[in-house]
Amino acid sequence: MALKYTKETIEHFTKPHNLGTLENHNAEATEGSPACGDMVNYTLQINPETLIIEDIRFRSYGCASNIATASIATDIVKGRHIDEVKKMGTSEAASKLGGLPPVKMHCSVLAINGIKAAIREFEKKIGRIVDEQRVLTEKALKNILKDIIHPKHGINIIDNNNVTRIKIEGQNVYIVIELEPDEEMFAPNIREEIQEHLEAMKCSHEIMVKIESKTGQFI
Amino acid sequence: MNDEKIIYFDNGDTTRIDDEVLDYMLQFYRTSYGNPVSLHSLGIEADENIASARETIAGFINADANELIFTSGATESNNMAINGIAGFYKEKGDHILISSIEHSSVKAVAHRLENEGFEVEEVKVDKQGFLDIEDLRSKIRTKTILVSVIYGNFEIGTVQNIREIGAVCRENNIVFHTDAAQAYGKMRIDVKDENIDLMTFNAHKNHGPKGVGALYVRKGIKLKKMIDGGSHEFGMRSGSENIPAIMGFALASEIAYRDLEINNSHLIKMRDRLADGLLQIDHVTYNGAHGENIDKRLPHNVDITFQYIEGEAILMHLSLRNICVSSGSACSSKTLEPSHVLTAIGLKHEQAHGSIRFTLSKFTTEEEVDSVIQNVKEVVEILRSMSSFIPEEHSELINKDAKTFYKKK
Repeated sequence: MALKYTKETIEHFTKPHNLGTLENHNAEATEGSPACGDMVNYTLQINPETLIIEDIRFRSYGCASNIATASIATDIVKGRHIDEVKKMGTSEAASKLGGLPPVKMHCSVLAINGIKAAIREFEKKIGRIVDEQRVLTEKALKNILKDIIHPKHGINIIDNNNVTRIKIEGQNVYIVIELEPDEEMFAPNIREEIQEHLEAMKCSHEIMVKIESKTGQFI
Repeated sequence: MNDEKIIYFDNGDTTRIDDEVLDYMLQFYRTSYGNPVSLHSLGIEADENIASARETIAGFINADANELIFTSGATESNNMAINGIAGFYKEKGDHILISSIEHSSVKAVAHRLENEGFEVEEVKVDKQGFLDIEDLRSKIRTKTILVSVIYGNFEIGTVQNIREIGAVCRENNIVFHTDAAQAYGKMRIDVKDENIDLMTFNAHKNHGPKGVGALYVRKGIKLKKMIDGGSHEFGMRSGSENIPAIMGFALASEIAYRDLEINNSHLIKMRDRLADGLLQIDHVTYNGAHGENIDKRLPHNVDITFQYIEGEAILMHLSLRNICVSSGSACSSKTLEPSHVLTAIGLKHEQAHGSIRFTLSKFTTEEEVDSVIQNVKEVVEILRSMSSFIPEEHSELINKDAKTFYKKK
């Protein structure tokens, strides 16, 4: 498939900003996994008094847009207060690059969430937040699912109306996803992404993801 | 884009048409543009032309002319073969076997038939991609109606022992289909000797035009027809034939088989030079038939996994350096799944993601090969220097100050 990247994306891919590892960092996170083909590592220097991100570096194992989104994400957050960054939308990196092909939108999610993860670790370390109680609410689950991007449309599966049912019964979580009949091929990827995001949230629930095509057949 | 500067190493995908073929095709648009079903003189001329093209192409695979159906290409031929057999022989059985390394135009079509009550199983391959004949034998049932195994693999270049697989199918009275889109024009194929019942092949992998291919259907094998309408292609594939493309297909085939030995010795020399050069890079693996099986590898294919980096990023860097290759990485596919061929030969996902396929042509030069080796070395070094996925024991690959390293480039 021919991928058309913007000039900004190519620029950040070939000449990434803030590359490497900060020797004296006080926050770090690695998001993604080699098995999925994208993994980004951030090291940050956050001022403990002002809570401003003073410096940041990244390393990436991933495709061109993975590298480019991580690069621009470091530009975006540098010099900003961590509370500001925590509120940032996951498509921020993509829009600053002038857009990404739909199938690559998940790279933007990974790039932004990686930095948020590093901030969370930092806040825990300095006692700004206590380790959250992992009670999974429907709202929290929806928020997690908002990070799953439909590869064809480049829109998250909540806003794309693919999630038709969410049910939490004690330790059991049921999620029903509906795809167009010609979108069956995306099912394994979406399923894997959901499992992975929930695992990353360290929730101990038993997760059942059912994916069905609009014709009613289970995939 | 300046064509002169492009190094095109994606000939397994498609090739540049031969000037001679293109020139030859024009007369079938300009003067001999008739439709072979017409009764008038232009129709008769077209009928004679297509008959001679059919005769020519059939000759290269030792088939009879009336055993060839012209199609729009290999994807259509594969669809026609799988759906056609399933449609015609469904009373006889509902079990289909394909290899685990088929092209998507076989794999997707076969698995789609599961919705219609067929059972589809995949036969295992070994680490170099050779079909496990014992696994094939053990999976055959009385209800098996079709076995489909790719002749030469599009991704890893492994060439199967088609004669033996065909013989197993004959013994068990099962129709045997092979997708020879990559092998045709690069290997001498004899459908009779190799026990082939149905064979897919096309023109544009051998410097012929796009949009034309053929399905060989052995006399006596029946297919359910997919396109109704007129009487074209023995009634099996209605719709006016693409005569200019068919004529170009015949000429491209003639050239390919005329020059086969010369081309292959050139391709093999270039292939092995490229592979040797790339294998000098640390932490790489050669995917598909190699070592003592190198003779069973397509002459134009090199497929390499570069550990700790991702294929699409390699591909994009090379593309910006005017080098065209392809990748088995998930990130270069629409579904975000890595190539099933690479996982079938036992590669872990992260290895499949770091794979690049280089496919050469008769136009490939030694200078191009050397330039690609040099550029790949540089790109691999750049991407590894910034990778977040380097195990501790190989930390020498990481450039401590990647930023300076980049500026240097």
